[in-house]
Amino acid sequence: MEYTFHWARMFSGEPAQWMWDGFVTTLQISFIALICSMLLGIIICVMRMTPFKPLQWLSLAYTEFFRNTPLLVQIFFWYNASHFVIPASINEWMNDLYYWFPGPFSMFGHEFVGEWMLLNVEFITGTIALTVYTSAFIAEEIRAGIFSIPKNQLEASRAVGLSFLQGYRFVILPQALRIVIPPLISQALNLIKNSSLCMVIGVGEMMFQATQIESYHAIPFEAFSVALLIYMTISLFVSFCITMYNKHFMIQVRY
Amino acid sequence: MHWNIVIDNFDYFLWGQTKFDLVFPFIHDVSGLLAAIILAVVGIFGAFWIGLAAGLMRLSKKWYIKLPAVVYIEMIRGMPLLLLIFWFFFLAPVLLGRSLPAFATTMVCFMIFTGAYVGEIVRAGVLALPGGQMEAARGSGLSQSQAMRLVILPQALRNMIPSFVNQFVSLTKDTSLAAILGVNELTRTGVQVDNREMVASFEVWITIALLYFLICYVLTSISRRMEAQLSRYQARDR
Repeated sequence: MEYTFHWARMFSGEPAQWMWDGFVTTLQISFIALICSMLLGIIICVMRMTPFKPLQWLSLAYTEFFRNTPLLVQIFFWYNASHFVIPASINEWMNDLYYWFPGPFSMFGHEFVGEWMLLNVEFITGTIALTVYTSAFIAEEIRAGIFSIPKNQLEASRAVGLSFLQGYRFVILPQALRIVIPPLISQALNLIKNSSLCMVIGVGEMMFQATQIESYHAIPFEAFSVALLIYMTISLFVSFCITMYNKHFMIQVRY
Repeated sequence: MHWNIVIDNFDYFLWGQTKFDLVFPFIHDVSGLLAAIILAVVGIFGAFWIGLAAGLMRLSKKWYIKLPAVVYIEMIRGMPLLLLIFWFFFLAPVLLGRSLPAFATTMVCFMIFTGAYVGEIVRAGVLALPGGQMEAARGSGLSQSQAMRLVILPQALRNMIPSFVNQFVSLTKDTSLAAILGVNELTRTGVQVDNREMVASFEVWITIALLYFLICYVLTSISRRMEAQLSRYQARDR
């Protein structure tokens, strides 16, 4: 089969513009979902560590269920069936969002043709799905980090006269956070990669734009290769950061 | 609620229109949960061999053996599976000269994708063994490859089983991505039934999620139990 490559067409005009829009949307959805899933993950993790049993069970059920179902199914669930879970008023608000934030956006004298941030129902449901999925993983990472600190350190800190919260604040958490941060960074990386699944409901992120370019300009191979390069650059940069972090900040936990 | 729609279509979720006959692969129009399981099992089988090769190549000291494995593993780990699937779907006709069916494309992609992760598991498993094992094996007269094959790998592979099971679980979840390319597996049957009935989204998607959850949770529990059992027999440094 004959296939001629048209690399130049990827870097000018419409395809370049779309690819840039997709890149920006990917970063936006990943960033928002990362912040939200951090907060939710911490809440879930704290719930797991309280002595109150029903809260523990709830947290356990949450992490187990959302870690063991595919993200794609969750995205479909939030997009198609969210009106059973989310109250009707919020649902209506979400569906009207597009009419609230439509305008174009110019910065540094450069006119961005597309809207700088499409706050529509797809974006919101995609963010919810990514948040819920990632927060289950983040909760487990944080819990594993805290549990990897030997329990006798907490007992020792209690014995020296620190209160329970002070023991966590001054002894456990400073060590646990050092352990938790590398897995959290790789979770963030997973989140950026997982955000590509949001294309199925029509969030205009990088994979969506690549398929769009493929169908409008018939340059599939070039479009996906450029998307691949961008994802690779992001992930190599992040893993470089993890390596640097491990080199400089990792300390040996004492047993 | 319309649970009767789910009950009516439950067999469609499980095996769809799968037909058995005497023509070669003997099983045609694989769909539903059965297709997801076949994709995952065949995928992990292929990924094991690719990953074993990649992991051992990455452990090599010669740069021309190590480099391809490093490039392969880091590249695959840096890209989303969806991108790999689309990329391969459009690359395959260029390479092969004819189009590849979606089912075969996704299966190859699952092998390539999971192979990189299995490669990292293999590398970690071999490195986790105490260095004295290798030295003792070499000291008793085995060659490098013999020591690897007879001493290191049997121990390392056994310790890796829980990680393999975890990888299998995440591959089972990832088979849902085949739906985007149009392979008629569990997620796709869910989309079909949901779009046809239009009133039972919640019931359909909860059912699909629970079917995946059932498989993945059972496997996760098994791997946790095995992890606890296997850690007792692991060779240690101290």
